[in-house]
Amino acid sequence: MYNKGTIIPGLIIFVLLITFPLWFNAFSKASTVPKVELPPGGQKECVAPAAEMRANHMVLLNEWRDDVLRDGNRVAVKVGGVEYRKGLQTACMACHTNKEKFCDTCHVYTSVKPFCWDCHLTPSVLAAKKETN
Amino acid sequence: MDKQRRKFLKIAGATALAGISAPVVVNLTGSPAVASAAKNQASAQAAAAGGHGDDTAPKGVKLGLLIDMRKLYGHPELLDKATQACNKAHNIPKIDNKKSEIKWIWKTPFANAFTDQSTSNASYTTRNNDFLVLCNHCAEPPCVRVCPTKATFVDKKTGIVAMDFHRCIGCRFCMMGCPYGARSFNWMDPLPFIEELNPDFPARMRGVVEKCNFCGERLALGKEPACVEAVKEAGAIIFGDLNDPNSEIRRILDKEHTIQRQAAYGTKPSVFYIV
Repeated sequence: MYNKGTIIPGLIIFVLLITFPLWFNAFSKASTVPKVELPPGGQKECVAPAAEMRANHMVLLNEWRDDVLRDGNRVAVKVGGVEYRKGLQTACMACHTNKEKFCDTCHVYTSVKPFCWDCHLTPSVLAAKKETN
Repeated sequence: MDKQRRKFLKIAGATALAGISAPVVVNLTGSPAVASAAKNQASAQAAAAGGHGDDTAPKGVKLGLLIDMRKLYGHPELLDKATQACNKAHNIPKIDNKKSEIKWIWKTPFANAFTDQSTSNASYTTRNNDFLVLCNHCAEPPCVRVCPTKATFVDKKTGIVAMDFHRCIGCRFCMMGCPYGARSFNWMDPLPFIEELNPDFPARMRGVVEKCNFCGERLALGKEPACVEAVKEAGAIIFGDLNDPNSEIRRILDKEHTIQRQAAYGTKPSVFYIV
C-alpha cells in the first residue's frame, strides 16, 4: 500500500471527526432525558396508560379536535369512572396544571414546537390575566 | 401497408362509435331503479338551480335564532348585555378600531342591518333603535362555498356554520363571501386585548378569521347560547330547531311575520327578526 503512513492516521481522524456528535453527547450531561413533573393533584391514571399517552398524546389530541369541531361529537370520554371532556384546556390542563414543567420540558428537549398554545390557554396564562385585572 | 391502415381506421371508427353509443344502450337497458335514481338526481339539481324562494322539505336539525325586536326597542342596555355575555364566553378581544375589531354579535341601525329594505319614511322606532345582528348561519352559506381549506363548514348535525381555527389560513375569502359582515379577521394577537379569560374556551392566534358559532360548546353542555341566556328575562331571543314542529321558535315562526336580512341573496339565513 502506498502512503500507508498518511492514509491510516487520516482515516482515523476522519472517523473520529464524523462520529464526534455521538461520543460527545454520550459523555456530556446535555443528553440526560428530562423528568416530567406529574400532576400535583396526585392523579395516577389518565385517559390512557402513561406509556401510550407519552407516545400518542398528539394523535389523541388530533382525534379529539376532529371529534369536537368537525363531527360535533363532544361527548365526554369516560375512563375508569372519571369523565374527561374532550379538550386540551378542559381535560388535560385540569390535572397537568403546570404546562411549563409538564409539556415544555420534553418539547424543548426534543425540539418539538406545537402551536397548540398559540390559542389554547394554559393555567399560567389564565392566572397572569387574573392578576393584571 | 395501405390495406392495413384502412383496416385500422375502420376498427378505430367502429370502436369510437360503440364507445359513444354505449351510455345510450345502458340507459335503455338499465334497471328501472338505476334509471329512476338518475331522474331523481336530475330533478334535485333542477330544484337546487331554481329560485331561492322555494324551500325543499327540511331535513335534520337546523338551529336558528329569532330576535323579537319589539321586546328590545328602547332597551339598548339589553343589546349590550347580550353582546357582553358573548364576548365573555368566547374570549373575544376588545379592540377599539373599526378595521381590527372582532365582532360576533353587535348592534347596528336598521338601515345597516337590512340594507335591502326601504327606510324612507320609516317609523320613529325603526329610525331610533339599534338592531342586534350576528352570523346568520345560512342554509346556503357563501362563506363555506368560497373557503379553500374547508376551515368554515356546515355542521351536518346542527346546521351551524362553524369555524375550525386549526385549518384557517387567513385568506379572508369568507369575509368577501359573507354579505352580512359577520366575520372578523385577527390582525394581531388577540390575547392582550381580552379583558376576561374564559378557561373553557380557547383564544385565537393572529391571522385567523372568526365568527359566531351559535355557542356550539355551550349547547354540548346543555346550555343555551350566551346571548339568549343574557336577555332571558326579556324573552327577546328565541333559539331552537327550525325543523322541529314542536320547538318554540317554529311555533312563533308559524304565527308571526318575520323578516330575514338580505333574503334576496338566497343565502337562506337562520336568524329571523320580528320588527
